[in-house]
Amino acid sequence: MALSRLSLRSNNPFLKPTATSLPPSTRRHVSTDTTPITIETAAPFTSHQCDAPSRSVSTSSAEILSFFRDMARMRRMEIAADSLYKAKMIRGFCHLYDGQEALAVGMEAAITRRDAIITSYRDHCTFLGRGGELVDAFSELMGRKRGCSDGKGGSMHFYKKDASFYGGHGIVGAQIPLGCGLAFAQKYSKEENVTFVLYGDGAANQGQLFEALNIAALWDLPAILVCENNHYGMGTATWRSAKSPAYFKRGDYVPGLKVDGMDVLAVKQACKFAKEHALKNGPIILEMDTYRYHGHSMSDPGSTYRTRDEVSGVRQVRDPIERVRKLLLSHDIATEKELKDMEKEVRKEVDDAVAQAKECPTPEASELFTNMYVKDCGVESFGADRKELKVTLP
Amino acid sequence: MWGILRRSAVDGGGGFSASSLRRTRFALVSARSYAAGSKEMTVRDALNSAIDEEMSADPKVFVMGEEVGQYQGAYKITKGLLEKYGPERVYDTPITEAGFTGIGVGAAYAGLKPVVEFMTFNFSMQAIDHIINSAAKSNYMSAGQINVPIVFRGPNGAAAGVGAQHSQCYAAWYASVPGLKVLAPYSAEDARGLLKAAIRDPDPVVFLENELLYGESFPISEEALDSSFCLPIGKAKIEREGKDVTITTFSKMVGFVLKAAEKLAEEGISAEVINLRSIRPLDRATINASVRKTSRLVTVEEGFPQHGVCAEICASVVEESFSYLDAPVERIAGADVPMPYAANLERLALPQVEDIVRAAKRACYRSK
Repeated sequence: MALSRLSLRSNNPFLKPTATSLPPSTRRHVSTDTTPITIETAAPFTSHQCDAPSRSVSTSSAEILSFFRDMARMRRMEIAADSLYKAKMIRGFCHLYDGQEALAVGMEAAITRRDAIITSYRDHCTFLGRGGELVDAFSELMGRKRGCSDGKGGSMHFYKKDASFYGGHGIVGAQIPLGCGLAFAQKYSKEENVTFVLYGDGAANQGQLFEALNIAALWDLPAILVCENNHYGMGTATWRSAKSPAYFKRGDYVPGLKVDGMDVLAVKQACKFAKEHALKNGPIILEMDTYRYHGHSMSDPGSTYRTRDEVSGVRQVRDPIERVRKLLLSHDIATEKELKDMEKEVRKEVDDAVAQAKECPTPEASELFTNMYVKDCGVESFGADRKELKVTLP
Repeated sequence: MWGILRRSAVDGGGGFSASSLRRTRFALVSARSYAAGSKEMTVRDALNSAIDEEMSADPKVFVMGEEVGQYQGAYKITKGLLEKYGPERVYDTPITEAGFTGIGVGAAYAGLKPVVEFMTFNFSMQAIDHIINSAAKSNYMSAGQINVPIVFRGPNGAAAGVGAQHSQCYAAWYASVPGLKVLAPYSAEDARGLLKAAIRDPDPVVFLENELLYGESFPISEEALDSSFCLPIGKAKIEREGKDVTITTFSKMVGFVLKAAEKLAEEGISAEVINLRSIRPLDRATINASVRKTSRLVTVEEGFPQHGVCAEICASVVEESFSYLDAPVERIAGADVPMPYAANLERLALPQVEDIVRAAKRACYRSK
């Protein structure tokens, strides 16, 4: 049975399964099987100054199912955020990640919570990937006390230090030296951990990237620079902003790998490879070829600088969730109905979290003055009218 | 205890400049009468010993900056540290402030305690985004999850003849940012106590030194030489008590103000000199208590006058102690021009003792 399904899909260029080691007798629907299986990535890796990793990715039915569920949850969260923003329950900036889920999920599959991640303002899904709760995410977006930053950060400033997630940064490119600093600390403390430093194709031209990369290479820091190349820096396409858009090569003396960022297994393989590399040889650049369905932020329709055909084309041909769905179906790990049910569960999960977050209170007025310092030492702080509102921090 | 007694005895004597021949016999006599040989220390040695002791006490403390290691420090503040602690505690960086400052802040996010040196604070402008957006605001934005125990230190303000791009004072800029602490030592004791406090502090501290003070010697107490010595952040020091006019200042200008106080004393005006030590938090309580005693205020700083530290102090005093003031508040600051090179113009661009004396007399309604 499995074989006939495979042959039906053999024309599909995105599915080239090999050496499936799931004999029909042990096949279970909605599989929780952790028996290792090997799947080949759809596209090969392109490398710079290093040997590319193998296309054969070790995974399991349970893992691929978890990919599906996690990506579906991220997708639904971002779509819910879109609605909340339009309903004016989220204010200011809101940069959505839908389309790029494979990156957040594939990376987590290759690393531990002791490895650090730092990223830009497009951070909601990265937060979820690090174990963040949906309710904490929605609460933060709506400025409630329950939020992961007590409502004081907002969309761009999600953090989860206990999972080594260091934010959430609003200044384009600033997270790159910061991430190299995290790697520095890991090396200094002789931990066998690495830091993944995520940035976009827009940030890839920042001078501070090259400053930090130079130091990371000189000092052999376990830093993995991950360029999430979604082809547009706000409204500017890569060909208009980069003389050389081969971001994985721009480290020059630093090795690089170009990865199909819409293939969650390829992402996992690349991150695993990069971690091993960084621990032995210092920094490496991963360029993830990915795509965002939304515009740069909720203020950007995303259609003035790219065609609707382009967006829908990617959705039809490269969508990361659909690819995993096809993989699950072709490998007989789950049925269509089971996957649809899973999506329904995820949708309910997200809707419940939104409802719960809506009920959460806003922070107390006194929180205006909290967390400025760890050690306040009698500092005075003032409100807009200093004669009206003056506070001595403890 | 002895240290405090000795300090106040010496304080009564006036200026501390090692090159000054006007060190009063009164000071020497009092010092002798309190201790068997008072010690002196340059600001440079004070800073070096502070960093050394804190590195010794806490393995998470490390030093980073241009020429801090093999070169022994551009101004020799980090002399000997590389030899003592090795290249895993003292890092020579390339000339890339934005990069290495960001790396320092990231290391602090992860719990290390970097001491990042800017060869001068003029170069900190290349990294100012990391000081303000990555360091100062992180604890607040993350609701306490990410604190940043980092010290940014280096010479600030004018040196001698280094021109416009190498002479700016950044006290007002950094002190306006909530989430930062900004310190400015004057004496060797200030340097030791405040730098040790800064390195131990769990929040980002901007530590503004002064190149021309590095070589100056100051008496230093046994207490200040102890490795546990620490000064509180946010507390100003009354260098000289007085009753007619309050003069506030920080860093190198403290020496100028003390000289001005001597001159004023000759004319029967008793000036109370406040060494701010901490620009943020600003010790408004001490400043206002002093003004309520003297009824007159002169604020002095080296930096640009518009939107400066002096402006904040004047506003604070007018808001909190208006009914105590007997005269308008006075500001003496650097001239409102980029720093010129020619020596005579440079002198005109910076506050001099006679400017401070004149302003104090104005506040006391005494004409020349």
